[in-house]
Amino acid sequence: MQQNENTQWGTFLRGLWAENPILVMVLGMCPTMAVTNTAINSLAMGLATLAVLIGSSVLVSLFRKVIPAQVRITTYIVIIATFVTIIDFFLAAMAPAVHKELGAFIALIVVNCIILGRAEAFAARNGVWLSFLDALGMGLGFTLSLMCIGVIREVLGSGSLFSIPLFGKGFEPWVIMVLPPGGFLVLGFLLLGVNRLKYRPQGAATGRIHKHDKI
Amino acid sequence: MEKENNITAAVPEPSPLRLISTLGLAGLVSGACLVGSYLYTLPLIQAAKARAMEAAVYEVLPGCESFETLELRAGMLVPQKEGSGGDRVFAGYDATGRLIGYAIQSRISGFQDIIEGLFGYRPESKTIIGLKILESRETPGLGDKIFKDPEFAANFQELQVEPTILLVKKGAKQRPNEVDAITGATISSKAVVGLLNSGIGKWKPVLGDAPAQINSKQ
Repeated sequence: MQQNENTQWGTFLRGLWAENPILVMVLGMCPTMAVTNTAINSLAMGLATLAVLIGSSVLVSLFRKVIPAQVRITTYIVIIATFVTIIDFFLAAMAPAVHKELGAFIALIVVNCIILGRAEAFAARNGVWLSFLDALGMGLGFTLSLMCIGVIREVLGSGSLFSIPLFGKGFEPWVIMVLPPGGFLVLGFLLLGVNRLKYRPQGAATGRIHKHDKI
Repeated sequence: MEKENNITAAVPEPSPLRLISTLGLAGLVSGACLVGSYLYTLPLIQAAKARAMEAAVYEVLPGCESFETLELRAGMLVPQKEGSGGDRVFAGYDATGRLIGYAIQSRISGFQDIIEGLFGYRPESKTIIGLKILESRETPGLGDKIFKDPEFAANFQELQVEPTILLVKKGAKQRPNEVDAITGATISSKAVVGLLNSGIGKWKPVLGDAPAQINSKQ
């Protein structure tokens, strides 16, 4: 029982940190670069992806024994595309401004490799509850990473957070941050930070990696 | 890869019928879900669009304080009846009730999908006085400059529509009927000019150059 709970907790946590889709697996870069210019866009894209991920993971896991292996990818894509289109409709109805801002990138969630990746790598081989936890963890990990990038880019690039101005008139926005290069810069620095955090302990323990790593 | 082979090898090859029925069933269920959510969200989306349209009319007609929706019936402009699907145009008035101009809706094929726009037209001077793109799926970063680039938007604050609106290379604008294209988004820029020309072609003869005779508010 203890073991079982550990697995569940571990499955959920994996997406948040150890196998974070953006910061560790570096998947789903297209929306990451495209819509993280403001915090609200990042949040909306993250939540839309989270919803699709949970829905498709649960369905794929439910039907994993019925779907013949030969047509599994096609079926997964049908499932994923259905969820994406439904989310697209609902977003257009409930939050037209956000929907307009995200534009084609909502429809493009279909080809986000995180979703098909989790369906194929996890949901197709595990039970419904674990698949749900995996999707929740991965989706939240994705959302939080997008938010990290979005907050940094909006604060530096527009001088605001969730459209609320933060600095006085004297602040000159770093326009590059809201442009595509800003996305690459912020992601690059975040990846640098995460890798440093992840790999420092081993290096410090042996004392070798730092010496030979200087180049 | 090995693991995958094991999975397929363990299960006997399913019949084509099984494969077809799986996909058919998935498609059927998916279709039903889509139809359901489409029907549910359609009225909500339309209401949101109507609100956005109202805001857009005020935006493309600077100084507009009130507007009325007119439609074309038997070659005459008359106030639109509730629920009639005829071609419509919005007549905008300033605070004193004087006609500012008309907001005209138009659509055209863009680079990716239909571009839908609303523009303000002043019949007296035969100029376009504002443009708002209502719907577009143009390439983010390039084509979407048709509604994000303030320089491009500046083209439409005072644009002659006669003899016809022309697209020229960026920076080459000389005459009042020319529009500076967006570098890297020629097709989208062309589509916007086409959108204006087709809207003008359709409505200019109807609107004439006299101020509107129909104003139910006066």
